[in-house]
Amino acid sequence: MSEKTEKTGQRLPVFKTYKLYVGGKFPRSESGRVYEVTDSKDKWLANAPLSSRKDARDAVVAARKAFGGWSGATAYNRGQILYRVAEMLEGRKDQFVREVADAEGLSKSKAAAQVDAAIDRWVWYAGWTDKIAQVVGGGNPVAGPFFNLSTPEPTGVVVVLAPQKSSFLGLVSVIAPVIATGNTVIVAASEKSPLPALSLGEVLATSDVPGGVVNVLSGRTAEIATPLAAHQDVNAIDLAGADEVLAKELEIAAADNLKRVIRPQAVDYTETPGIERLTAFLETKTVWHPTGALGASGSSY
Amino acid sequence: MASVFEYAPAPESRSVVDIAPSYGLFIDGEFTDAADGKVFKSISPSTEEVLSEVARAGTEDVDRAVKAARRAFEKWSALPGSERAKYLFRIARIIQERSRELAVLETLDNGKPIKETRDADLPLVAAHFFYYAGWADKLDHAGFGADPKPLGVAGQVIPWNFPLLMLAWKIAPALATGNTVVLKPAETTPLSALFFADICRQAGLPKGVVNILPGYGDTGAALVAHEDVNKVAFTGSTAVGKEIARTVAGTAKKLTLELGGKGANIVFDDAPIDQAVEGIVTGIFFNQGQVCCAGSRLLVQESIQDELLDSLKRRLSTLRLGDPLDKNTDIGAINSAEQLARITALAEQGEAEGAERWSPACELPSSGYWFAPTLFTNVTQAHTIARDEIFGPVLSVLTFRTPDEAVAKANNTQYGLSAGVWTEKGSRILAVANKLRAGVVWSNTFNKFDPTSPFGGYKESGFGREGGRHGLEAYLDV
Repeated sequence: MSEKTEKTGQRLPVFKTYKLYVGGKFPRSESGRVYEVTDSKDKWLANAPLSSRKDARDAVVAARKAFGGWSGATAYNRGQILYRVAEMLEGRKDQFVREVADAEGLSKSKAAAQVDAAIDRWVWYAGWTDKIAQVVGGGNPVAGPFFNLSTPEPTGVVVVLAPQKSSFLGLVSVIAPVIATGNTVIVAASEKSPLPALSLGEVLATSDVPGGVVNVLSGRTAEIATPLAAHQDVNAIDLAGADEVLAKELEIAAADNLKRVIRPQAVDYTETPGIERLTAFLETKTVWHPTGALGASGSSY
Repeated sequence: MASVFEYAPAPESRSVVDIAPSYGLFIDGEFTDAADGKVFKSISPSTEEVLSEVARAGTEDVDRAVKAARRAFEKWSALPGSERAKYLFRIARIIQERSRELAVLETLDNGKPIKETRDADLPLVAAHFFYYAGWADKLDHAGFGADPKPLGVAGQVIPWNFPLLMLAWKIAPALATGNTVVLKPAETTPLSALFFADICRQAGLPKGVVNILPGYGDTGAALVAHEDVNKVAFTGSTAVGKEIARTVAGTAKKLTLELGGKGANIVFDDAPIDQAVEGIVTGIFFNQGQVCCAGSRLLVQESIQDELLDSLKRRLSTLRLGDPLDKNTDIGAINSAEQLARITALAEQGEAEGAERWSPACELPSSGYWFAPTLFTNVTQAHTIARDEIFGPVLSVLTFRTPDEAVAKANNTQYGLSAGVWTEKGSRILAVANKLRAGVVWSNTFNKFDPTSPFGGYKESGFGREGGRHGLEAYLDV
């Protein structure tokens, strides 16, 4: 950005203060700390909030508060809102292309391909919201005078450690499936490249996504993830952005209240995803009903 | 209450089952002693009679069994699904043929009434094998993509409350999907698993596909920690489940856990009282309440509390406690001295914390482990008996005024396995069921099981589902 100033020489551009996105608001870290974010050539891009344990806990409160409304929304409604995210992103594509290019050291065209794929991913998951229940749920042929239905339900509050390298497409690929099914999420952005994630917060805030459904934290992944993995009001954790050592520590901490865990795995985020990330944070509820019998004595009619 | 009808004893004959004085471990198709020669006794909880002496697997035996399962895996997983299916169908049929023998055996080793082993456990065991047998050659159509692969060797640890049924829930889907297994039955109920080993031999199942390792917690711990195990499945307490989750952290092992519960059985003011009472009794006294999905918290709408409790107490007075082999028996023995001590301690704590205790007049046999059906009223959500899983015939009664309050109280627990809803109003059933955070909800019924229907918990009741199409996922590399 500073480079641009020198080139144009006409006006001093306005820098952006990057802030967290928690509970639909844009707070600074309660700790007052920031850290320097640099591009792939170590050139300063901006300061980002260095989130603390307290920020993490505040985000859990916000995500829990939002869970009832979001999980209770109709699947159709959630689909509309996810699609709206894609619409909003399309309009701010230039900004994200610039941020992704800076973050990942990509050419403008390669960065644009990442952003396009990310936008399309929102569209893909928007379409899943009202189909996943038909694919993974259904009626079961009980051997007896009963009828039951198995339906998927969101697990609850999910922590996601965003991929460290794919700062935007990877990020979208791990949070969209979580919220598509009605979970709420706290995402720890890529530690080195948090700016696209923090900017995504601004898009979500203007896309009818209720506050608290997605909460974006930037800072040291281990510092943010450690209290979240141990948090008793978190239901699940996606360890995509954790290295092997941290992932094991977090999985051990997560066992304390039996969080659902996705372990880190090699993923090519440019490929069309399967439904694994949708189903990983779904519970199956089976509800039984007596059907009675026709005609016989003891009929329920 | 004086009995209007006197029942003559109607014991099932135990001559149908021939229990050997000792049993070995079942490894690679053979019965064998433990490497260190250790044994333990399995006793009948209703009489404290020693039924048999069983080899106790140690670390070396675990390794031997895992190696046998690994050797068997290559061929077993490469078999056409249709052939694996036929082995499972054979097993299902042999279980049906031998079901009376197995029912009597299970009743002797576990202490539960013959009525339950005969009419619930055994039919469900056979049905479970029959159900998963049919999946073995249809996995392409199960919704996990084309040609889904098995994981490898499954280490499975099961509890004592439904010994053979839990074995079926573990082994049937594992084999259908092409895995091989090492299974550890509970230390108080090893016998039916060893009879199952014999059934595997009768069915001609290839050696090493199923290995059975009786033992205590240390055997289970060694099994789940073994580095050549690809899949861990556990049913048991939440505390042990958490320990297992820590053990497999950082490995590639796939894990499913089916753990404790504190199920709420919610009775609204418009519920059919007599049916609800039967459902409450089934919910908490089935298998002496030693059921993870038991309806151990009764939430009754305040306006019908007196009527419902009067009716419930009347019904409890007619329950027959005693010889589990007697076909009239409703309440059998508690599975072990240890479990009896735990139930006793929690019930005493319930009294100490101010809840009101009631049991019907009930004579307990002089030997064995027994606990009278017990009901606590004036229970609050803060009471230990409203929070901790008792795993015994103890019902905690709480009240509510509005549906919202019922839902809030039902969900106010670390667990999320089961719940019941009793009301004649259809929309209320659906609305309440929708808000309950539990894996199984029974409306106007309770404790119903079926092999086609996924079973498993929310929150600290574990993760993964057993039964139905969903149950395949735990054993596939998907």
